[in-house]
Amino acid sequence: MKKKKLKIWTRLAIFLSAILLVMVLFFPIWEIELSAPQYPEGLSLQIFAGKLGGDLDIINGLNHYIGMKTLHAGDFIEFTVLPYCIIFFAVLTFFTAIRNKRGLFYFTTILFTLFCIVAMADFWRWEYNYGHELNPEAPIQVPGMAYQPPLIGYKKLLNFEAFSIPNTGGWLFIAAAAILVICMIAEIFAAKKEIKLV
Amino acid sequence: MLATIAMTMVVMAGLYSCKPKNTANAVTSDAAQKAYVPPGKYDEFYDFVSGGFSGQMSVYGLPSGRLLRVIPVFSVDPQAGYGYSEETKAMLNTSHGFVPWDDLHHIEASQTNGEIDGRWVFANGNNTPRLARIDLSTYNTAEILELPNSAGNHSSPFTTENTEYIVAGTRFSVPLDNANGDVPISSYKKNFNGTISFVSVDKDNGHMKIAFQLKTPGVNFDLSHAGKGPSHDWFFFSCYNTEQAHTLLEVNASQRDKDFIMAVNWKKAEEYLKQGKGVKQQVKYAHNIYDEKTQTATSTIETEVTVLDIMSLPGIAYFMPCPKSPHGCDVDPTGEYIVGSGKLAALIPVFSYTKMLDAINNKTYDGTYEGIPVLKYDAVLYGEVQKPGLGPLHTEFDGKGNAYTSFFISSEIVKWNIKDLKVLDRAPTYYSIGHLSIPGGDTKKPNAKYVIAYNKITKDRYLPTGPELAQSAQIYDISGDKMQLILDFPTIGEPHYAQAIEASKIKDKSQKIYDIMKNENPYATKGEPNAKVVRQGNQVHVYMTAIRSHLAPDNIEGVQVGDEVYFHFTNQEQDWDIPHGFAIKAAKTAELLVMPGETRTLKWVPEKPGIYPFYCTDFCSALHQEMSGYIRISPKGSNVPLAFGTGDKAPGGKDTTSISQ
Repeated sequence: MKKKKLKIWTRLAIFLSAILLVMVLFFPIWEIELSAPQYPEGLSLQIFAGKLGGDLDIINGLNHYIGMKTLHAGDFIEFTVLPYCIIFFAVLTFFTAIRNKRGLFYFTTILFTLFCIVAMADFWRWEYNYGHELNPEAPIQVPGMAYQPPLIGYKKLLNFEAFSIPNTGGWLFIAAAAILVICMIAEIFAAKKEIKLV
Repeated sequence: MLATIAMTMVVMAGLYSCKPKNTANAVTSDAAQKAYVPPGKYDEFYDFVSGGFSGQMSVYGLPSGRLLRVIPVFSVDPQAGYGYSEETKAMLNTSHGFVPWDDLHHIEASQTNGEIDGRWVFANGNNTPRLARIDLSTYNTAEILELPNSAGNHSSPFTTENTEYIVAGTRFSVPLDNANGDVPISSYKKNFNGTISFVSVDKDNGHMKIAFQLKTPGVNFDLSHAGKGPSHDWFFFSCYNTEQAHTLLEVNASQRDKDFIMAVNWKKAEEYLKQGKGVKQQVKYAHNIYDEKTQTATSTIETEVTVLDIMSLPGIAYFMPCPKSPHGCDVDPTGEYIVGSGKLAALIPVFSYTKMLDAINNKTYDGTYEGIPVLKYDAVLYGEVQKPGLGPLHTEFDGKGNAYTSFFISSEIVKWNIKDLKVLDRAPTYYSIGHLSIPGGDTKKPNAKYVIAYNKITKDRYLPTGPELAQSAQIYDISGDKMQLILDFPTIGEPHYAQAIEASKIKDKSQKIYDIMKNENPYATKGEPNAKVVRQGNQVHVYMTAIRSHLAPDNIEGVQVGDEVYFHFTNQEQDWDIPHGFAIKAAKTAELLVMPGETRTLKWVPEKPGIYPFYCTDFCSALHQEMSGYIRISPKGSNVPLAFGTGDKAPGGKDTTSISQ
């Protein structure tokens, strides 16, 4: 069977995706913004591929009141694995563009989409545990209250208002994924046309 | 008879209609709008106001008149523990030992090119002569320099255009420090001298140093201001008591029709200094510096000062006759006009710098005073403001050719034009204004939006509070032709001079926390695991940490009566506006108020066995009330071992009461 080649603009778009993925490593992927009467200027928790940033120390200092664990990048395997995963996908995407094979491209896109779903699910699980696994000796205990931050969007947690959104790295990541998916759809349509023509 | 009564009534009615307007009438309808700064909004200006006999400096916002802060300077402050904590005691050291109070009169902001640069503000201590420098990023008193050969440092701390020097002078002449002071007071004329100190300020770190002192005749120096632009090399000092009276000055120092404004050519003084004409004198004075790195003040006793005698070194100083015991001595933004304010005069003399130079070059003298040339009044006078008011004290400028002079006796501010010396407007003050200030009003570049009156008498202005009343300030909008009173607010006392600075010049460099990793205090504890108690002989050092909402250690045992206990308290927070305080029962000092990342030490000597609680005094968090602990004091010689800890590590183990329920 004849190897199906990719369109030139598809290849360029895949290259672009690879570059975007490399850039993801240097920006915060996600950000949780917190504000409270005591913090009118706001606090932010930034999640990078390999570390946590923002006002981490201040947030950790406050967590013990409600019995939340303090956050340390070293406690999460994700921060070790995630940079390698992103590098892997950047290399794979780059390789896909070089090899110029439609089958490989479909494989890469589907694998990457799955990775995105798994990553978000893992992030949600991480937030769930963080918000629910509370120290039973915590000074402030509100019956039925959990402190799971929103995956995306706004949520009120006692005196804090939490707003969770992707940051630069996250948007780059989403852009990379969107480019791949859109190109794949375009390629599928193109392939169908080719079949008709044949 | 009836006619007489009728006449009297008519006259009385007429008199009532002449009765001065009360305050309500003096305030126009849009005043509130002009002074109103909505909640949560910032003021346009910081106003650094002297706290007078409180010894401190207050900071207000303008135009709201809101009190923002009181900075401890020359007096101990139990709130912050300033002067009580081991780190800050040295700030109030002098050659006379620890002097915990002074009388802070004037504020001057540092300048570059004749404009306020927002780096530091300086203040003078009048009683035990001292100068202080306050850092405008931390609002800490960074340095205090004592002045030898001095008493009553009043004509201070005014600055030259690039803060080359700030000056200090003697309101009270005295025998100099290395002379025999045990002389009859009546030998004033023979044995008493004044001095003017020129204190250099290091461009980079602000450190003050007495560059030289001028030895002067025994008179009273009152106020001063540096020249500007063309008159940059000169400094002007008002002096009274040229009668050289030593008793009942009220009468005896008011005899001469004219006293002087002393013009000092400080460049000339520098030349003499270079030529080695200065005499090195052995004296003692304290120089106290607060080191931001170690967060600790050190006091060094300096032993030498170089003195230039203006009575034997010609060309440094000239006297300009000025009517009736001059007080204020103010130089306009162009540097050409020098305004003297004779406290008892019914006019304001304005001197011309150019005419003064001519008079000096042409030797237009009117004799000498103690060997110093007295220039002819008419030769140096630019003109007189006639009938401006009663009791002129101080003058500030708007940079648009106008001057604003305060009048103590007639209780008013009078606006007049410098060129034609005509009075343009007058506004009453409530009551008996002393100093006045316009933002930048004594610099080359005034920002004449407001003039603020600082009043001596408040009387009926506010709800009465017994015999002792607050002092007061009033803000007038001067953006138009007429002065408009917009706000009246009480101040801590007594407000003498003030400097208002545009908020934009300093607000963004205001420090929020101290970086705990840069804390080089030798007694700092970085991180709760490092908290400990160490006994060294009869000294017990408690290295205590504070973080919301507990102290570590919070249980301490094995300390005995008579031990010197040092609580080295380090605030572990690295978050804005989270101070922690520390107080312990029966401490004979004060509390500590410790900023994030800062270390402060409280010395405590227990006198009786027992349990003494200590706690955080600043409502830092929701569980602030829980932020406390105990120290057990045993009799001297007791065998209770030293033990300490918090929670699981507390002596006796974890507190289980709450869990066992």
